[in-house]
This record gives sequence, C-alpha cells and structure tokens, in this order.
Amino acid sequence: MSPFRSLSRAMLLGFVRDKTSVFFTILFPLMFLVLFGALLTNQGVSKSKIIQVGPVAVLDQSQGLGEILDITRRNDLAAAQEEVRQGDFVAVVRQEGDRYQLFYTAADQVRAGTVRGVFGQLIGQANAAGVPQRFTLEAEQVEDKSLKVIQYVTPGLLSWAISMGATFGAAMTLVTWRQKKTLRRLRLAPVRTTTVVSARVGASVAIALVQTAIFLGVASLPMFGLRLSDYWWMCIPMVIAGTLVFMAIGMVAGGVAKTSEAAAGIANLIVLPMAFLSGTFFPLDAAPAWVRTVSNIFPMKHLNEGMLDVMVRGQGPASILPELGIILGFGLVIGLIAVLLFRWDDV
Amino acid sequence: MGQTIIVQDLRKRYGDVHAVDGVSFSVEQGEFFGILGPNGAGKTTTLEIIEGLRQADAGTVEVLGMSPWPRNPRLLPKIGVQLQASSFFERLTAREQIRTFASLYGIPARKADEMLTVVGLEDKAGTQSEKLSGGQAQRLSIACALVHDPEVLFLDEPSASLDPQARRNLWDLLRSINSTGRTVVLTTHYLDEAESLCDRVAIMDHGKILELGPPAALVRGLDSATHISLATGVVAVAAAQELAGPDATVTDDGVSLTIATRTPAPVLAELAERNLLTGIQVRGATLEDVFLHLTGREYRA
Repeated sequence: MSPFRSLSRAMLLGFVRDKTSVFFTILFPLMFLVLFGALLTNQGVSKSKIIQVGPVAVLDQSQGLGEILDITRRNDLAAAQEEVRQGDFVAVVRQEGDRYQLFYTAADQVRAGTVRGVFGQLIGQANAAGVPQRFTLEAEQVEDKSLKVIQYVTPGLLSWAISMGATFGAAMTLVTWRQKKTLRRLRLAPVRTTTVVSARVGASVAIALVQTAIFLGVASLPMFGLRLSDYWWMCIPMVIAGTLVFMAIGMVAGGVAKTSEAAAGIANLIVLPMAFLSGTFFPLDAAPAWVRTVSNIFPMKHLNEGMLDVMVRGQGPASILPELGIILGFGLVIGLIAVLLFRWDDV
Repeated sequence: MGQTIIVQDLRKRYGDVHAVDGVSFSVEQGEFFGILGPNGAGKTTTLEIIEGLRQADAGTVEVLGMSPWPRNPRLLPKIGVQLQASSFFERLTAREQIRTFASLYGIPARKADEMLTVVGLEDKAGTQSEKLSGGQAQRLSIACALVHDPEVLFLDEPSASLDPQARRNLWDLLRSINSTGRTVVLTTHYLDEAESLCDRVAIMDHGKILELGPPAALVRGLDSATHISLATGVVAVAAAQELAGPDATVTDDGVSLTIATRTPAPVLAELAERNLLTGIQVRGATLEDVFLHLTGREYRA
C-alpha cells in the first residue's frame, strides 16, 4: 500500500472505532435534523382551528365540518392573520363575492394542508352545483414565501455537521499526534509532509461525503419530506470546499492548543457561535442588519448560502461559483495561518 | 570497522539551561552504545539531535556519513527510532500499526507481520495498541522501529515503567537485535541496564559526558571497596573490625553487618576459617559507585 493510502486508512479506522467522534460527527447533527423535522412538521390528527371573517357561504351551508374544523368567528382580518402567525390558528378564511380567500400558516404544514384540501373540496362541490364555475379559491401563506422548514434546515444543519466534523477531526488529530509523538514518528519516516496532510484531508473529505449521504438520505424520508432540486449534486464541491476551510480552522485550533480538551474547547468556541451567526439553525432575515453584515465574514455563512442555492432553491451549477471562491479564499488564508502555527513538538 | 556515529562538541541551550554542553563521542559499527544518566542529564536531547529531531546550537553530528539536520530523507530509511512515548496511531491493532509504519518505508505487509513474530507479538496481532500491556507496547514500538531493517537503532529509555520480567524479556530482544550486526544506541537511567547490555557507556550529568568506556573497565578503574555482608549478630562489630584490619570500614544497620574493604581476599579467608560464610554476600563496585565517585552524590534515577 502506498503511504497515502495506508495513512488515510489508519485515520479512517481510528475515526470509525472512536464511538464518541462517530456520535458527534454523524449522529449528533442527525438528531438535530430529526428534532427540527419532528417539531416543525407536526402530524397531529386533532381538529384544525380556523378563523372565519364575515359570512363564508360554503362554511355556513355545509354540514358535518365540525369533525375536521374548529371554526372561530372574528371581524378583523388583519388581527385574525396575526393570530394565525402567532400559531393559535391554522388559517383565516373570508369570502368577497365569488372569491374565497384562505390565509394559512407554514408552521403547521399538515393542518394547513388539511384545511386547504377541505376548502378545495367545498368549493369544488359548490361549483359542481352551478355551472358556469362561479367560485374561485386563492390560498396564500401568511409567512413570506420562503422555504419550507425542512428545506431550509437541511442544508444549514449539513454545513454545520461538516464544519464540526472537519474542525474537530483536524484539531484532535494534530493535538493527540503531537502529544503521543506520532508526528515525530512520521517525521522520522521518509514520508513527505504533503503526503501526511493530504491523507488527513482525504480521510476528512471521505467522512464529510458519508455525512452528506446519510444526512440527505434521512431528510428525504417521507416523514421529513426534503425535496432536492435538480442540481443538488453541486453540493459535493461545496462539501469538499467546506471541509478544507474548516480543517484549516481545526489546524489553527490544534496549533494553539496544548491538550485535546483545550483543542475541543477552542473548536467549539469558533464553530458554534459561527453556526448561529451564519443562519445555520434559523434564517437571519429577522436578525438586525449589523448581524447580517457581520455574518459575511464567516465561511459558514457562504457555505450555507451555496448549499441552499443548489440543494433547495434550484439554482444552476454556476450559481455557487462565487460562494465556492469565497470559501476557498478563506481556506487559503486560514491555511497559511495554520502553517505558521504548526509545531511538530510540544516544546 | 567504520564509525557509524560521530558527534563533536555538541551544544544545545534552552534559555539559561545548557541541556547539552559540549558532548563528543563516536559509535562503532555494530556496537551497543549506552548513554547513562539521571533525568535531566541531557541524554534525550543528545539523542534527539543525533536522530535529526532537533537542531544543535553548535557542534557537528554525522550518522552513516550523513548529517541528520535538516531532515534528511536519504538517511531516514537507514535509522530506526523508538521514541519514549509509544507513538502509535489511535485505535489500530498491533498488526495494523506495524503495517502502516511499514508502508511509509515501502515495506510489504508480509515483512511487517514477520517482525511482529520477531518481537513475540504474533498472538497479539489483532489487539488494539491501547489494550497492550506496557511491555507488549514497548516491543511493538521496537518492532515498528525495526520494520524497515535499519542499520542503526535508537532507543530512548526502552525499559522505563516496565516490570522486572518484561525488562528481562526486552533485554534479550535488544541483545538479539544487536547480535545481527546492527548498531544500537540507547539512553537509560538504569545502571544495571547499561551494565548488562552495553559494550560502552557514556555517563552523562548536567549536559556533559563524565566518563566513557566499557562498563567493566569503568568499574575496575574505580579501585573501590568490595562490600562483604553478613547477618547481624553472626559476628560483633568490634570483632569484625579486628578481623578486617584498620583500613576497612564496618557498619551495622541492624539487619546486615557490612565490611567495606579494598583487600577482600584475607577477610574472606579469615571468615571461612571461622566458618562464617553461610549467607554471606560479596558485592563488587557497580556503575552506581562510578557515578558516586564522578559526581560526589548518590545516583538517583
């Protein structure tokens, strides 16, 4: 076996046999995905609470709707919409002449879908009763037309998972190898430094690609309902670039830290706040302008954006090139710092 | 026989501490050479400079006719280094460890497995290195250092923290490695280890070599007293003093009565005549006495 292959193999085996790293790299982010997915796509079967503003003929005339719908009457449309936004109700409905308007929430996808279905049917029946078709239904989400939660959350959590894996992988390897003198031992073997580094990069990229596959696989399960766009595979170069930049960050953490505990602390201190400020867990649209400006200095923000673009926003392959360039630029700069901080030995 | 290692006036400072302060010696091809001294004597630093892990502040080092600094890829395949800490890859089995190291030198897996047998670890091949005992881990790390068949083997405190049985096994292994014609250089803070293994020993303290030579010659050159011990009560202190003559010193610690004398033959003859040889112990000088003589203080590892 070539030194490159045997070193990559040694590192991968070391990773796979370490239950803690496997948990934190693969299962832990997956738990977040399951948590977000389960919390935000509630599959309850209880009645859907809706608000009716003014007289709505199809509701007033139909029988037996009480089984599915729990109807409350209000007079003010704007106030009612606000109540939907607050999550107290699933939808608001009103009638203006022949137009029915349905305002529903995206926070409760299942119930909102039920309500839309029910209205579709009611209006269908009303239309069937009288030709030509008089009634039309306009359904509109009360939130802005941004992405469904799982669509938004998956790329973000994936880039977070990859960042964690790459940062911790690089930082821990560097510190423990330095402590255990494995680095010295490698230095005494006729193997190039670039071979050692590229073996570590190869192992990390392989881990990241496995993470991606598992992640997308789970998110695409019917219960989570992720729908990938046509160019989702363009996330692969993003994943690789993200791995590189976060490995460089891990090398910096490992270069500064003396113990693996310190390295883990530093890595967490960098990655976790960056994840929040980069809009990994929730969108930054509601964040203050300065936060959005500051977020641009984080490579994870660009990783998120690129992943969203190609995975769920359906943008073409060329769209990620700017983000890819920015990430690789970060990687280059941080990588240079890592080289300057690199030490073979503790002393 | 050529000289495998030539060290001339080596110096290395850390801040105000002269870790290595003008060390010169040379090692013959096939020799078993020991650097002996207490902790902090500068043994490890000296060894690391020779291996090419550190740069000397001054002085020259030549290993197999080449300079080890800066990192010399032509020299590296010819030297094998066993480091103080067991520098293994995490969570790999013994067989995976040695095969990985072998691959770095372009050595096939088959030869790596053979080396595992040489150090007697073939039945531990599937055990992760973290789960090996101290002695087994030490033997594995020596196997990893030998896998590419180097001409010179460096060992840094190989028997540190081993139990007595494991130490004896390790010594046998090291002797057999040396007997195949390889040059072996080791540092140790165990006097008995140096005495038992080394052809020549350099005694180091405070960064300097105090004495260099074959252990037996160093001990002989000392002209020190022989210690004869008997059980307390067999003979009275005064009687022992009379028997041994005025040049001898007699001490009694409540367990043993010890006569230290430079002329042991007449004392032993006298004791034999009185039929007092039962349970007697006679100890000549050791490297410990050499160290005491050189530094004026007790040897403490």
